[in-house]
Amino acid sequence: MKENANTRVVVGMSGGVDSSVTALLLKQQGYDVVGIFMKNWDDTDEFGVCTATKDYEDVVRVCNQLDIPYYAVNFEKQYWDKVFTYFLDEYKAGRTPNPDVMCNKEIKFKAFLDHAMSLGADYLATGHYAQVRERNGQYELLKGVDDNKDQTYFLNQIPKEILPKIMFPLGGMEKKEVREIAKEHDLATATKKDSTGICFIGERNFKEFLSEYLPAQPGEMRTLSGEIKGQHDGLMYYTIGQRQGLGIGGSGEPWFVVGKNLEENVLYVGQGYDQDALYADGLEAVDVNWLIDGDFTQPFTCKAKFRYRQEECPVSVYPQTDGSFMVQFDEQQRAITPGQAVVFYDEDVCIGGGTIERVYKNEQPVKHLA
Amino acid sequence: MKRIYLDHAATTPIHPSVKEVMRDVMEDSFGNPSSIHHFGRESRKRLDEARMTMANSINANYESIIFTSGGTEANNLAIFGTAYANRNKGNHIITTNIEHHAVLHPVEQLEKEGFDVTYLPVDEKGMVDIMDVKKALRKDTILVTIMYVNNETGMKQPVQMIGNLLRSRGIPFHTDAVQAYGVEEIDVEELKIDLLTTSSHKIYGPKGVGFLYKREGLNLTQRLYGGEQERTWRSGTENTLAIEGFKKAVEVLKEERTKRYDHYKQLSERLIQALDEKNVEYHINGDLSTEHRVPNILNLSFPGMDVEIFLTNLDLSGVAVSSGSACTAGSIDPSHVLKAMYGEDSPRLRNSIRFSFGMDNTVEEMTLVAERIEKIVNRLSSNV
Repeated sequence: MKENANTRVVVGMSGGVDSSVTALLLKQQGYDVVGIFMKNWDDTDEFGVCTATKDYEDVVRVCNQLDIPYYAVNFEKQYWDKVFTYFLDEYKAGRTPNPDVMCNKEIKFKAFLDHAMSLGADYLATGHYAQVRERNGQYELLKGVDDNKDQTYFLNQIPKEILPKIMFPLGGMEKKEVREIAKEHDLATATKKDSTGICFIGERNFKEFLSEYLPAQPGEMRTLSGEIKGQHDGLMYYTIGQRQGLGIGGSGEPWFVVGKNLEENVLYVGQGYDQDALYADGLEAVDVNWLIDGDFTQPFTCKAKFRYRQEECPVSVYPQTDGSFMVQFDEQQRAITPGQAVVFYDEDVCIGGGTIERVYKNEQPVKHLA
Repeated sequence: MKRIYLDHAATTPIHPSVKEVMRDVMEDSFGNPSSIHHFGRESRKRLDEARMTMANSINANYESIIFTSGGTEANNLAIFGTAYANRNKGNHIITTNIEHHAVLHPVEQLEKEGFDVTYLPVDEKGMVDIMDVKKALRKDTILVTIMYVNNETGMKQPVQMIGNLLRSRGIPFHTDAVQAYGVEEIDVEELKIDLLTTSSHKIYGPKGVGFLYKREGLNLTQRLYGGEQERTWRSGTENTLAIEGFKKAVEVLKEERTKRYDHYKQLSERLIQALDEKNVEYHINGDLSTEHRVPNILNLSFPGMDVEIFLTNLDLSGVAVSSGSACTAGSIDPSHVLKAMYGEDSPRLRNSIRFSFGMDNTVEEMTLVAERIEKIVNRLSSNV
C-alpha cells in the first residue's frame, strides 16, 4: 500500500459545499490532493459574466484555504457532443432525458477520470453521496448513508471496472454533517446554496431555455378518450405525471399529464393523482449496465427505483435475447417515464441500471407512454 | 522538489537592489509630490529623478513620460486618448491580430463606438508585413498600434520600418513595448515612435507601475479626471514607492542588459539542446533564430500533447510555464496569437507552451526542465 502522502487524489470541484468538504476530508487524511474545476458549459450572459467564473472563484478560495493546488479543465466540446446532444435528441423523441446520468457516464467518470489519471492520480474523488466498498477484491457501489441524498441513481451507468479508482468521501455522511464540517472549517462555500435542477440550465426558466434549442410545436391536449381539453405549448415541456402548467379549469379533481403522442403531437391528460392511466406494472430497460459480476441471463428478483428520491420497490427482472431487460413490478407504479433511468438494488448495493424504453401494463406496452 | 520558474513574461521577481531601494523609500519618504511644503518637495525631487531615468532609458525628453499603473493603463491611455483627440481628423485605426488583450480590447471597444479598425494578419512566424501596414493606411487613419515584441512568441515586429513609414505620413504610431523594454535597446527618436508603453513588473520592478511615452506635441485626451497630475494626462497621486522601485529596476537593466541578453540566449539554446538530447518532439512557434526573436521567450508546440494536461503536469512536477491566456473560469482559451499564425484548426493551438526565462534561471535548470518534460511526454504518450 502506498502511503497517503504519496497517493495522489484528484478531486472534481464544482465550487459547491459537497466537493469542498470532499477535498477537506482527503487533505485531513494526508493525501496528495489536487483540485480540478470542470468547465462544461459556456453560459456567458449579455454582460460577459459567466456563472462558471463565480464557481471557479469559489474553488480557488477553498483550495487556497486547504493549501492544495487547483486547475481547471475545459470539457465544453465533449459535454456538448455527449450530453447536450443526447439531451436534445431525447426531447425531440418525446422522452424525458436524464442529463446527470449521462454526464456521470461520459464526462465525470470518463473524460474527467482520464484527465485525472493523466495527471498521475491514483484516485478520482467526487462529492457524490455514494460509497465504494471492497469485499474480497470485489468492488461494489453502495448507496450513501444519507437516504435523502443518495446519488447512486445518477451513477448507474458508470463502468464497474473504474470503481477501484473512485473515492466518495461523503458517502458515509449525512448532508447535515457536511454542512457542519464546512462551517467548522469556515470554508468559503460553507453557506453556499446547493445547486438545483439541470446544471446547464441553472436558475433559468426551463421552458425558455429549451425553446432556444428546439422549436416548440403547440398542439392539442386531449383525454385518452379523445376529448379536447385545450392547447399545449410543445410536448417537450411536459413530463408524465406533471400537474403544473396545464391550465385546465373546471370542477372535479386536478388534471395531470398521462402521456404523449409524438406523431399526432397530442398531449394526453387525465383527472386525478391516482388515476389508472398513470399506473403501470412493468417496463423494458435498455442500455443496461451491471455494476457487479454475475450471470444476467436468468430471471432474478431485486429492488428498483424509477426516479431519484423514490423508495425502491420489489421487481422481477427478465433478460431478453436482444440484451434488453423486462422489469415486472410486484405492485403497480405511478408515472413511469420513458427516457429516465431504472436502477437496481440488492439491499444497499447498487447492482446496475438502464434507460426506460417502454412502459408495460398487463404484459402490453402502454401506448400513450410509448 | 525544486521549483523552476519559467514564466518571466507573465511577471518577474523583484530584483534585490530594487527591494533595497523600496525599503529605504518606505522608511525615509512619504510626501505627496504635489504638496508645496518640504515633505512634498522631497518626494517631488525623487519623482522627477525617476522621470528623468525613464526618459533617458528610451532617449526621450523628461516631459514625455507619463507614469501609469502599468502596461494596461498606458495602452488604454494611448489608444483611447489618441482616438478621442483625433476624432475630427478621422475614424480609422490599424492594429494586428496578435496584440495583447490590453490593446485588442480597447480597440474593440472603439470599434463598438463607431471607429473603423483594420486588424493586420501575421505570417507563420508571427510577424507583420510592412507592406500590409502600408496597404492598410487611409486618409482617415488616426492611429496605428503595433506591438514591439509579441508576449507569446517573442517575435519582434518591424517597428523601425513602421515608424519611418508613419512619420512620413504624419500618422501617430503607438507600440506596446512591455515585452521589449527589458531586452531591447529602445530609442524612440531613431525608431520614430510617438507613443510607447512599458511596465515595471516585467523588468524585475514592482507591480502597479509603468509609463507611457508620449512624444511632445502629440494630442492626447485624458482618461482620468482629478488632481491633474502627470501634466493632466494621468490624475491621481503618483505611486511614488513603486516608481522608485521601477527607477532602480531601469538602472539595473541599463547596466545588465547585454549580460541578460546573453544569459537568456544561453538558456533558450540549452533548453532546445536538452530537448533534442532527450528526443522530445517539438516545433517552434515563431522562429528559433534570434534575429527576429527576443531570446527570453520561447514558444514550443509538443505534438500529441494537450495543453491543459501538459501545463498541469508541469506545475505538479515543479515547472511553472504558461500558455495563451486563462479564461475567467480557469480553463485555457486557445491562443489568438497562434490562431493568427497557424489558423483556427491547427493542433498547435491546443499543444503549445510558452517558456520565458529570467536572470535567476540556470543552465542546469534547463536540463532539469527537459528531463521533466521528457518524463511527462513519455508517460502521456504511453497511456494512449
